Amino acid sequence: MTPALLRLEAVSRDFDVSAPWLNRVLERLPTRMLRAVDSVSLEVQQGETLALVGESGCGKSTVARLIVGLYAPSAGRVEFHGRRMQMIFQDPYASLNPRWRVRSIVAEPMLFRKKQSRSEIREAVSHYLVQVGLSADDGEKYPHEFSGGQRQRISIARALAGEPDLLVCDEPTSALDVSVQAQILNLMGELQRRLGLTYLFISHNLAVVSQVADRVGVMYLGRVVELGRAADIFARPRHPYTRMLLDAVPDLDMSGKARTPVAGEVPNPLAPPPGCAFHPRCPLANERCKREVPQVIGNVACHAVAEGRI
Amino acid sequence: MILEVKDLRVEFPTRRGTLVALDSVSFQIKEGEVLGVVGESGAGKSITGMAVINLLEPPGRIAAGEVQLEGRRIDRLPQHEMRRVRGRKIGVVFQDPLTSLNPLYTIGRQLEETIGTHLGLSPKECREKALSLLTEVGIPAPEARYHHYPHQFSGGMRQRVVIALAIAAEPVLLIADEPTTALDVSIQAQIIALLKRMTKDRGTAVMLITHDMGVIAETADRVAVMYAGRIAEIGPVREVIHAPQHPYTAGLMGSIPKIRSAITAQKQKLQQIEGAMPRLNAIPAGCAFNPRCPRRFARCLSERPELLAASASRSACWLHDARAA
Repeated sequence: MTPALLRLEAVSRDFDVSAPWLNRVLERLPTRMLRAVDSVSLEVQQGETLALVGESGCGKSTVARLIVGLYAPSAGRVEFHGRRMQMIFQDPYASLNPRWRVRSIVAEPMLFRKKQSRSEIREAVSHYLVQVGLSADDGEKYPHEFSGGQRQRISIARALAGEPDLLVCDEPTSALDVSVQAQILNLMGELQRRLGLTYLFISHNLAVVSQVADRVGVMYLGRVVELGRAADIFARPRHPYTRMLLDAVPDLDMSGKARTPVAGEVPNPLAPPPGCAFHPRCPLANERCKREVPQVIGNVACHAVAEGRI
Repeated sequence: MILEVKDLRVEFPTRRGTLVALDSVSFQIKEGEVLGVVGESGAGKSITGMAVINLLEPPGRIAAGEVQLEGRRIDRLPQHEMRRVRGRKIGVVFQDPLTSLNPLYTIGRQLEETIGTHLGLSPKECREKALSLLTEVGIPAPEARYHHYPHQFSGGMRQRVVIALAIAAEPVLLIADEPTTALDVSIQAQIIALLKRMTKDRGTAVMLITHDMGVIAETADRVAVMYAGRIAEIGPVREVIHAPQHPYTAGLMGSIPKIRSAITAQKQKLQQIEGAMPRLNAIPAGCAFNPRCPRRFARCLSERPELLAASASRSACWLHDARAA
């Protein structure tokens, strides 16, 4: 088997959220650490889409930043067996420099790759713009002349210009309207088929994830609680949290099936509950769940699953 | 009829000419009914809500049409009278609960103020009512939470407080503008259930503004789909979702990603509508949707369609013109 393109081995990341030094000294406050990502292990294979899904504060964006190296891991290893990666961000208004013409924005990653003549670069820029469904003339314009969806296309063109082996997409369609979101998701799927791209796709939207992912990792409070093939996870979710998330998605078919109302909220990550972090909300929690952190067994980190209680 | 909006037109005069944000928008909401107003950003759904409560951002103004609440016209009321209608007769829930709560006052005090202003109860009664409201919206340990400030609550809990505030004076109409958009999906489901329960019990009419068809499907009785400042289609929620009549609604429904079921485990391409909604200063002649419409014909380019009967709904599309067929 070929080695995975990307491997995360028990990666953790802590953030120092202590009070300022003076307050700590005067008020004798302790230092406080927040564990945003807690021993996450996963692999991304060449050509596939791995989606990470979870609610706000579950650590999915921190994982993205750990992968591209914007954060260093506090523990564990990130292995990347490709040459380049690129990132697509959520907000197409903040991620493009408003003072640059689109052609300069798209050309920037190429400048770090290899020496190319000006005309070569111009040609390549037009090629990437056409590839994402814009016209070559759009290179002369500034970002403000485009709508949100078109800006996200520019971000994709810029990412492609880096000829990445891995594209890390952090909520790439969350800021877009649904009709535009459909265009971008279709475009990303088409580019993947045509260019053999590998995506790490981060989203809070399960329906979007089910649309794009080959494999899915479900995160809760810094940990991956379930990881598996998308078809399996959506058809037969095993972890109680995954089931709860799937249950909470509004039912567009209006089949009128009764939904179990979801109880409780995500706990404060500064004071995570002992044992399994999900136990206060879990209908199946028992004494063991309150004491012992579940290990990942067969893709699921859950005592109830391991003990065959579901 | 609780709310009746007739031929509402909202304009924003600017230096470069007048922008028409809403054009001949008409709808009604009965007692106990939830009308969903859905559309993409810029479609005019929030403006419709703001026009109903007469809180349009200047220079925006109602240029034509009328708004009636319980048979009484409210769009021409002077500000001091309108203020009494808002809060007492119409409750409002906005997207971001932090902006609707005053960060400097405890939530107990904010509830007491609203109750005292609109219901004229004694301070002791106000407190009792406030506590019972907090219990009703599902705030755990309301006695203890009473003296907390908004920043001490989580997003979901804050939205519960906002809902308690909005219904404190037992309004006949509740306008909820993207009430669950800022919330996580598990919390969103809780808030939808709460909104449904609170309004069903009281027989409140609800105008639910959202971009999320899923929320509409869960909550609304009828739905109005807006496009470029007009209602493209309005009808019973089941009809609009399962048998959309307007090509825009059909495209919109097709572009919503759905959870893959076990049967269709393959990744599928989403249906997509080409292009984007026009800006207000560049609404095309004829039907505003015509440049993106896969079924347009000559008439769509020149004549603007009114809402026409189509199946159980009404749709602003020439395809449904019985005379032409």
